[in-house]
Amino acid sequence: MLSESSMRTPLARVRGLGSAKSGTGHFWLQRVTAVANVILTIIFLGVVIALVGKPYPAAIALLSHPLVAILMLLFVVSGAVHMRIGMQVVIEDYIHGEGAKIAAVMANTFFAIAIGAACVFALLKLSFGG
Amino acid sequence: MAEVKPAARPLSPHLQIYRWSWTMAMSVIHRATGCALYAGTVLIAAWLVAAASGPAAFETAQWIAGSILGRLVLFGYSFALLHHMVGGLRHFVWDLGYGYEPETRMNLAKYSVFVSGGLTLLVWIVVLATR
Repeated sequence: MLSESSMRTPLARVRGLGSAKSGTGHFWLQRVTAVANVILTIIFLGVVIALVGKPYPAAIALLSHPLVAILMLLFVVSGAVHMRIGMQVVIEDYIHGEGAKIAAVMANTFFAIAIGAACVFALLKLSFGG
Repeated sequence: MAEVKPAARPLSPHLQIYRWSWTMAMSVIHRATGCALYAGTVLIAAWLVAAASGPAAFETAQWIAGSILGRLVLFGYSFALLHHMVGGLRHFVWDLGYGYEPETRMNLAKYSVFVSGGLTLLVWIVVLATR
């Protein structure tokens, strides 16, 4: 509750970003990607099940189908964003040294982007690589 | 400004002091499965890159996935994925403001294991039936 004696400026209150300067941005993005992931995970499992035992040409044909490729792209991007935020929370919970924490959070970002980029590149190559 | 070293402060009670409950276990498992899935994305990336690299790499990846160890890892991965998903649905219920009563809380936690375990078995039955 905001009281009359609040030390915060009206501008700070309006921005609603708090002391961490990011407000509830991470919290909300985690929920948005979670909702997306429920749908995309079920689709991903369906694609993987459809690929079981398929020979290479049939597997490639399925993965390069526009609808499958687009949904798989959404799955890996939404997943990478979600896991980056989730792991950052874990890091901030357990790593207390300021330097180690910054390094770990940065490494986490690199990992999520690297995994996302590898998956996106592979999926695009499957579709356009001929 | 020089940092003032604070005196050692008492810590609030943590995991080891509480009796295990369903909600506590599912909370821990939700985080653990999240971390497992994080590591598992390396496998998804490797599998997609193998598919994009050509038939030989893809056959190798499929062979690894089909081996005993590969199947064990995939079974664990599928359970982690579904358990984290069901756990996430439980969080949606809470986010919407429901399910905070003690009994509901415990039941949600309990059923999330059965539902995710059941879904995992269902996935594998379908896999084994269609291959």
